[in-house]
Amino acid sequence: MAKIEKANSVGEWLDQRLNTTVLNKVMMTEYWIPKNINFLWAMGVLLATTFGILVISGIFLMMYYKPDVNLAFDSVNYTIMQEVAFGWLFRHMHGVAASVIFLIIYIHMFTGIYYGSYKQGREMIWISGMLLFMTFSAAGFSGYMLPWGQMSYWAAMVITNLFGGVPVIGDALVVWIRGDFNVADATLTRFFMLHVFLLPIVIMGLIGLHFYTLRIPHVNNQDSDEVDFDAEAEKYLSGNKKESQVIPFWPVFISKDLAVLGIFLIFYFYLVFFHYNFAMDPVNFDPADNMVTPAHIYPEWYFLWSYEVLRGFFFDVGPIKAFDIGLAAFGFANAIFLVLPWLDRDPKILPAHRRPKFFIWFWILMIDLIVLTIWGKLPPTGTNAYIGFVAALAFILIFVALPFVSKSDAKKRGE
Amino acid sequence: MKELKILAVVVVLTLITYWGVEPFAHSQMHPHVDAPDYTFKDVDGLKGTQGNVENGATLVQANCTACHSIESQGFPQIMDDASSAAAYGVVPPDLGSAGKIYNADYLAAFIKDPAAASKVGHKFEDGRVHPMPGYGWMEAQEIADMVAYLQSIAPETMSNKEVFTDACQRCHGIKYGDMQNGTMAAFTPVENIKSYMGKIPPDLSQYIRSRSTSYLHEFINDPQKHLEGTAMPRVGLTQEAENQVVTYMQEVGDSKKPEREALGPKFLIYLVIFAIFAWLWKSKQWRDMH
Repeated sequence: MAKIEKANSVGEWLDQRLNTTVLNKVMMTEYWIPKNINFLWAMGVLLATTFGILVISGIFLMMYYKPDVNLAFDSVNYTIMQEVAFGWLFRHMHGVAASVIFLIIYIHMFTGIYYGSYKQGREMIWISGMLLFMTFSAAGFSGYMLPWGQMSYWAAMVITNLFGGVPVIGDALVVWIRGDFNVADATLTRFFMLHVFLLPIVIMGLIGLHFYTLRIPHVNNQDSDEVDFDAEAEKYLSGNKKESQVIPFWPVFISKDLAVLGIFLIFYFYLVFFHYNFAMDPVNFDPADNMVTPAHIYPEWYFLWSYEVLRGFFFDVGPIKAFDIGLAAFGFANAIFLVLPWLDRDPKILPAHRRPKFFIWFWILMIDLIVLTIWGKLPPTGTNAYIGFVAALAFILIFVALPFVSKSDAKKRGE
Repeated sequence: MKELKILAVVVVLTLITYWGVEPFAHSQMHPHVDAPDYTFKDVDGLKGTQGNVENGATLVQANCTACHSIESQGFPQIMDDASSAAAYGVVPPDLGSAGKIYNADYLAAFIKDPAAASKVGHKFEDGRVHPMPGYGWMEAQEIADMVAYLQSIAPETMSNKEVFTDACQRCHGIKYGDMQNGTMAAFTPVENIKSYMGKIPPDLSQYIRSRSTSYLHEFINDPQKHLEGTAMPRVGLTQEAENQVVTYMQEVGDSKKPEREALGPKFLIYLVIFAIFAWLWKSKQWRDMH
């Protein structure tokens, strides 16, 4: 057993038992981050904070929410929104955070792509991040069902139906997921379980994993410079802070994060109080009605790009049905980011502006995703259907082209 | 400087996406309609005819009170809601406030031809007739007299809730208005209103959140504009009465709006202070780094 002596302070007492001094060094004061970063490196802390807001507001909402098709709508829109003290605040915070967290996830993700922070040793950071994106998507979808409004119901209908496209077991799979032949009470209750228990637990585990994956390869920097972390840390600790290329997580890195967080929270709470319809769709304030299909069914904005890939292929090709082509494309869209590190054939880590062809590739991808997002919401009629088709096809081609584009950049540099 | 450029790119891309999925997409999904017309200039109205209140009183009592109550003038409801809904299809309105909440020209046109004025002619074809017979056979002066009488007996002021009750509640419930006792359910029983309207008219509790205020005004003023062929009649509310209806829907469906709008700025002020201190701390920490 460790040597325990009389402690002179609570800190010392804890240190003897938990080794908190070393823990604090490893996790905070001697956890090294490159100095050459910009505000985009603060997105991780923004995400952790927003997730915290979601958990806390979610706990308060769960105290009054009733996962039952006959009670759910009123428990949200009457009990929580009108009766419970500040229930409306927690609901708005939860609804808006659920939407804004995807904005930050996308910024975080495309920062990683731009600066090449997903490859050459950082693959596990990327994969754990994409797994987080997927579980957050599942959490967003399951949470959207809970108020049991018209969009809740019809989105659940459309999305669970997709599983019917899986060969052989499709129909059985749909029933298994819904727990009923239709989207019904059993569906609501199980998605409640997923939303408040299973998915948050998985997300917390994945966040731990995501943090851990940063340990060995370290955080990337603005110019993708190779940093000798041990040597630079040595410099910093010997007082040569200006020369050193690294900073400690606490307090230097976190101070910048908090400054960015301050700005972000002003933006976020402005949305919570004054501009929330984008995150809390008005259509979902109509109670679910399986006899009335809304004029326009669309998912939340953060799913629109993949939704448009799904419905972009609107015509049958020979014996293959449009639905099946769309579904295959949808599957492709959701899986392809996961293998990004292996599609990029450039052996060097460089920011996009130092990879001429990749730079163009990156901005075409951004434009295509924005087009897909916007056309994913528009009614798919007339020209819209064709724009959607072209953008969806382009999305696939963009990823098919990546190995060639990245290889070509490397060749040009003489590698 | 470089960071500001990056920020500008992030902000611009976010705003383009926002513009595309919100204002632009909604403008594509909900075509623009003309602004509400509170003068009802398309109806066959009074055309400036002045009415005589005393003569109107006689005419209303002879022609209207067989079906309509006017509680304030001592003409009580003859049957309960369920029986009158069974007899007429829908509970006939009490006429006590009609002269106040309905536009006078609209009221005159409605008395002459209810289905035409309320734009629900499409519901009454193939031998089906509007439960209220038209009084187009009367002299224009007589119609004006009745309107003048209805105006003379109408209350000076009405609460938002009273206007809602008289204008909407025969068909629509707004249950959040009274969850405990259920007094804000529709007056006409479900089975009657369903066969009269073709479907159960929606409960309006959350309509202030599910529809924008401008949509509500356009829709109430003339339902056919947004929803061609709908069974909902144009009811001819004056602008003031319509504002009261929408305000009541807001009081019920978005009851925390005043609290939200009062608390918002306080939150933001607090966060600005937090942001200032965070930046100061950041500057202090980074001073030694460069």
